[in-house]
Amino acid sequence: MARALNQQVAPLPFGRKLSDWAATFIAASCVVLVLAPLLAIFGYLLYKGFGALNFDFLTKTPAPPGEIGGGMANAIAGSVLILGLASAIGVPVGIGSGIYLSEYGRGSRFGNLIRFTSDVLNGVPSIIIGITAYALVVLTRGHFSALAGGVALGIMMIPTITRTTEEMLLLVPHSLREAAYGLGVSKWRTTVSVTLRTATSGVITGCMLAFARIAGETAPLLFTVFGNTYWNWNLDQPTAALPLQIFSYAISPYDDWHRQAWAGALILIILIVFSVAAVRIAVSRGTLGSVQ
Amino acid sequence: MGVGITVENLNAWFGKHHALHDVSMIADANKCTAIIGPSGCGKSTFIRCLNRMHEVIPEARATGSVRVGEVDIYNGTSAVQVRRRVGMVFQRPNPFPSMTVFDNVAAGLKLNGIAPGKKELEELVERALRGAALWDEVKDTMKKKSGASLSGGQQQRLCIARTMAVEPEVVLMDEPCSALDPISTGKIEELIFQLKEKFTIVIVTHNMQQAARVAEFTGFFLMGRLIEFDRTEKVFTKPSDKRTEDYITGRFG
Ligand SMILES: Nc1ncnc2c1ncn2[C@@H]1O[C@H](COP(=O)(O)OP(=O)(O)O)[C@@H](O)[C@H]1O
Ligand SMILES: [Mg+2]
Repeated sequence: MARALNQQVAPLPFGRKLSDWAATFIAASCVVLVLAPLLAIFGYLLYKGFGALNFDFLTKTPAPPGEIGGGMANAIAGSVLILGLASAIGVPVGIGSGIYLSEYGRGSRFGNLIRFTSDVLNGVPSIIIGITAYALVVLTRGHFSALAGGVALGIMMIPTITRTTEEMLLLVPHSLREAAYGLGVSKWRTTVSVTLRTATSGVITGCMLAFARIAGETAPLLFTVFGNTYWNWNLDQPTAALPLQIFSYAISPYDDWHRQAWAGALILIILIVFSVAAVRIAVSRGTLGSVQ
Repeated sequence: MGVGITVENLNAWFGKHHALHDVSMIADANKCTAIIGPSGCGKSTFIRCLNRMHEVIPEARATGSVRVGEVDIYNGTSAVQVRRRVGMVFQRPNPFPSMTVFDNVAAGLKLNGIAPGKKELEELVERALRGAALWDEVKDTMKKKSGASLSGGQQQRLCIARTMAVEPEVVLMDEPCSALDPISTGKIEELIFQLKEKFTIVIVTHNMQQAARVAEFTGFFLMGRLIEFDRTEKVFTKPSDKRTEDYITGRFG
C-alpha cells in the first residue's frame, strides 16, 4: 500500500533532498560535538590514571606525605557514604516538592513561591551551600562530619529533582488521572500509583542528573566533611571524600600523589557512570517499558 | 445491580461560564439512557456531574441535587465514594500505559486497597475481561503486554473491563465510540446490551442511530438546557419540541 502510493509521488526536488541531507548532517555533527569531550576526558583520565590504579589504591588508606604507595580506599568509602546520605535527603524532598508543584500547588501563590525559590537555589554557588551546611550542622554539632557533607550535597540535589519531577508529572495526560478518579481512587493514591508511576523514567533521569552533578563537588565538602586520612564509618565524624582527596593530592608536591589524584578522578567518574547505569537498569527491569 | 439516578435542578459552571441550566431528569435502573445534542451543548459537563468528575477541573462547580439510588451525591458523601458506585468510560480510551493489561483491570481494586487474594483477583479480572468481550484477545498476553499496546477498540473495551472490575452500579460513557472504527463500535454497542443487566448506563453519543439502537430513554440537550427527555422511540419519531425535531432531522448541529 505504502509502496503503491510512493510510486505515484514525483521524486523529491534536489533542493529538498539537499536540505534533508544537511539537517541530518548537522544533527549528527552535534552528536559528535557532545560525545567528543566526554570521550576525550575519559580517555585522558584512563591514560593518566590507569597506571596508578592497583590493589593497594583500592584497599589502603593514604601513605604518610612523601612516602610512595597507599591508596584512597577510605575516600572511596567516604564518598559512597556521603553521596548515599545526600541522595537520601535530596531525592525524597525533591520528588515530594515536585509532586506538590505539579499536582497540588498549580497556580497557587505558595506554589509559585516554591518554584521561584527552587530556581534561585539552583543558581546558588556550591561553596555558599557548603557554608550554610557548616553553619547549620558543623557549628551546632561542634565538629566536621559526613552528615554535614550529606546535608550540603542533598540541598544541592533538591532544585534539579524538584523541577524535573514537576515537568515530568505535567507531561502525564490529565485523562490518566481522571481514569483513576473514575475508579474511585483518591487523589493521593492516583498521584503516586498512576501519575508518578507513568513518569518514572523521567523522574529518575532528574535524580540521576542531580546525582551526577553533586558527585564531583569539592567546595561544599571543604567546610563540612573536612577529610580524614583514616577509615571512618561514623556519620558524625570527619570523613574522607574522593573530590577532597583528589584536590589535596593534585596540589601536593609529590609525583606519586599526582598519579594517585588521576587515578582517583578515574574512579570518581567510574563510580558516577556505574551508579547511573545501575539505577537505569534496575528501573527498566522494574517497569513495563523494557518487557514489551 | 444498577440503581436509578435522579437529577433535580442541576446547574454547572466553569468559572463564570454557566454551562448547565436547571437540568432535571431520571435515569432508570438497569436501563440505558442516551444524551444527544450538538457539540458544546453540555453533554460531557452533564454526565461528569453525575459522578462528581466535574469538580476535578479547577474553578468548576455544580449546584442542585443528584441522587444515585437513595444517596444525594453532593450532600454528606465524598467524591471518592460516589465514583466507586458510578464508574466512567471516557471518549478517548485511557488505559494506564505503565501497567499490563491485567494490572489495568485490577487497578481499581488494587489502588483502592480492596484487592482480594491472588486467585480471586485472577477470577475477577477474567470475569471483567469476558464481560467486556476482550478475554479471548488478551488472555495469553495480558500479563506481559502494556495496556497501551492494544488497538484503539481493544483499549476502549479494556477501559470498560477496568470500570466493571470495581462493580459499580452505574456506568457513565462519554462518546465511548467516537474514536473507534465501525467494527469496534459495533462490538461496544453489543456490549452495552449485556451491561444493562448489571448496571444502569448513561451514554453520551454524537451518533443518533447509536442512541436509537442502544437506549430506552433519550435526552436532547441544547445550549446547556435539557430540551426534551422521553422514551427513545418517542424522541426520534414524535418529538414534542420543534428544536429536537430540527436536530434529529439534521437541520442543524
Ligand atoms: N474545561 C473547561 N473549561 C471551561 N469551559 C469548558 C470546559 N469544558 C467545557 N467547557 C464549556 O462548557 C460547554 C459545554 O461543554 P461540553 O460539556 O464539553 O459539551 P459537549 O460534551 O456537549 O460537546 C462548552 O461551551 C464548553 O466550551
Ligand atoms: Mg463532550
